[in-house]
Amino acid sequence: MSANQQAAPPGITLGASALSRAGVAADGDRVAVRLTDVSKVYGAGERAVHALDKVSLAVHDGEFVCLIGASGCGKSTLLSLVAGLDSATSGQVSTAGRHVSLMFQEPALFPWLTASRNVELALRARGVPKSSRQIRTAELLETVRLGGFGGKRPHELSGGMRQRVAMARALAQDADVLLMDEPFGALDAMTRDLLHDELERICAERTLTVLFVTHNVREAARLGDRVIVLSSRPGRVIDEYTLPRLGPRRIDSPEVSGVAARLTDRLREEMRRHGY
Amino acid sequence: MATDQALRGLDSLELQPGRGQQDPGRLARKAWAALWPKLLAIALVVAVWELITLTGWKKYVLKGPGPVFSDLWQQMQHGMLWSTIGWTMRSALIGYVVALLIGSVVGLLVARIKPLRAAVGSIITGLQTMPSVAWAPFAIILFGEDNSAILFVVILGAAPSIANGLITGVDYTPPLLLRAGKTMGLRGFALYRYLILPASLPAYVAGLKQGWAFAWRSLMAAELFIAIVGQISIGQQLSVDQQSLDFAGASTMIIVILVIGIVVDTLFTKADTAIRRRRGLLDPALAS
Repeated sequence: MSANQQAAPPGITLGASALSRAGVAADGDRVAVRLTDVSKVYGAGERAVHALDKVSLAVHDGEFVCLIGASGCGKSTLLSLVAGLDSATSGQVSTAGRHVSLMFQEPALFPWLTASRNVELALRARGVPKSSRQIRTAELLETVRLGGFGGKRPHELSGGMRQRVAMARALAQDADVLLMDEPFGALDAMTRDLLHDELERICAERTLTVLFVTHNVREAARLGDRVIVLSSRPGRVIDEYTLPRLGPRRIDSPEVSGVAARLTDRLREEMRRHGY
Repeated sequence: MATDQALRGLDSLELQPGRGQQDPGRLARKAWAALWPKLLAIALVVAVWELITLTGWKKYVLKGPGPVFSDLWQQMQHGMLWSTIGWTMRSALIGYVVALLIGSVVGLLVARIKPLRAAVGSIITGLQTMPSVAWAPFAIILFGEDNSAILFVVILGAAPSIANGLITGVDYTPPLLLRAGKTMGLRGFALYRYLILPASLPAYVAGLKQGWAFAWRSLMAAELFIAIVGQISIGQQLSVDQQSLDFAGASTMIIVILVIGIVVDTLFTKADTAIRRRRGLLDPALAS
């Protein structure tokens, strides 16, 4: 815990520092996702909702960045913008030509297709020839440890297994950047804990860049190389913690608990700001 | 590796244990459980019918189940009944297939093209609620007393339901699946081919089923209304029985109409159940 505190001075790096960090990227460290002064407003006039307000951040190749914030901080909006499903009201979003894929809290598998067919459809959608699709599908299912379950339909699998099929499908999109919108939010703690290990392994094997949205502070502390805290309505970057990897982490290890406690304090402070 | 093992262990714990498929008596018991309430209902109807006959109500025309079933049996020995049924089924099939094609194409176009939806969306619903026998005089003016007139009525009866089923299916494609499909890169035709149409299938089948019910009703109404020279259909046979006050003959035709309607409806219900089972939309407790 002490080592961690030295490495990540608590709560002093504000929104502006995220910008300066993006500037640092010029010396060698390549940026996979860059947001520059991104704002997103829904609606107009008096009833306009400012989901994001001048958010700037940079995610580097191979980095695992967690976005955390209370309700209404525009986390999901931010991912939609990066995925290109929605466009910003102002500011720039850039992924510099990298392949991006998005995972949701629900697996969003197609219920009429088997697990393999779901994965295969992602391959087909990006034009992988039929001859290699079957082998690739089998490999991807093996990657998420679902080798023998390709013939099952989504409803025959457990929640955790479905989310792993969704992960295989996201990987099938040949993504460099994986955007994850509370992907384990609907799972029980035991399954989630195992999937954290799995996600970590897969990211290391494939040098994936991950932007991971959660409102679980422990999850953020367990997984992130960096945790970015967003304020609510409007969503702004208010804090940022860098968490060096000193060895394998566990959800219940003291370092993770320490960071989680600090994140909780920071979020409560932010929530009080909205209280009466 | 420890994680790997734990994960596989969790998977096997979480999967539902396979249902006992080996039990040989299970199928027979299931069939019997489905059959006996129907047999009981038929027995009750026949009993009430017999009782009414015994009271002597309308005794000059009303016949009991005995004479009616023996008339049905006799007619089944003759080719006449079967050629009557054959002709009617031929009209039903042709009308339904044409309605299927028209309904599907119109449904898809209306679902896809916004101005078209605004223009004809409510007309389709209007047509669906319209009793199609109202089209019969119109059809006779257009085509004369001809089979085309009958088919016209059947198609107008069935096509709106089929179109509406498809439109509903497209509209109710879950937005989350659409987002997933779009992130995968499905666009335009591929989006329809691989996502929207398969997602619409349950609503489409419901539309097909309703379309069949409307087609069958419309056909009976049209056959009663439109007499084709030299061709006996179920509707025309009913008309003849009415004129000759043949209660047994008319009852036989009613039974035939009812049985055909139920048999085809059962086929659609089976298809519907199969689709829902594949997608996990059936309560397993009810399915087994």
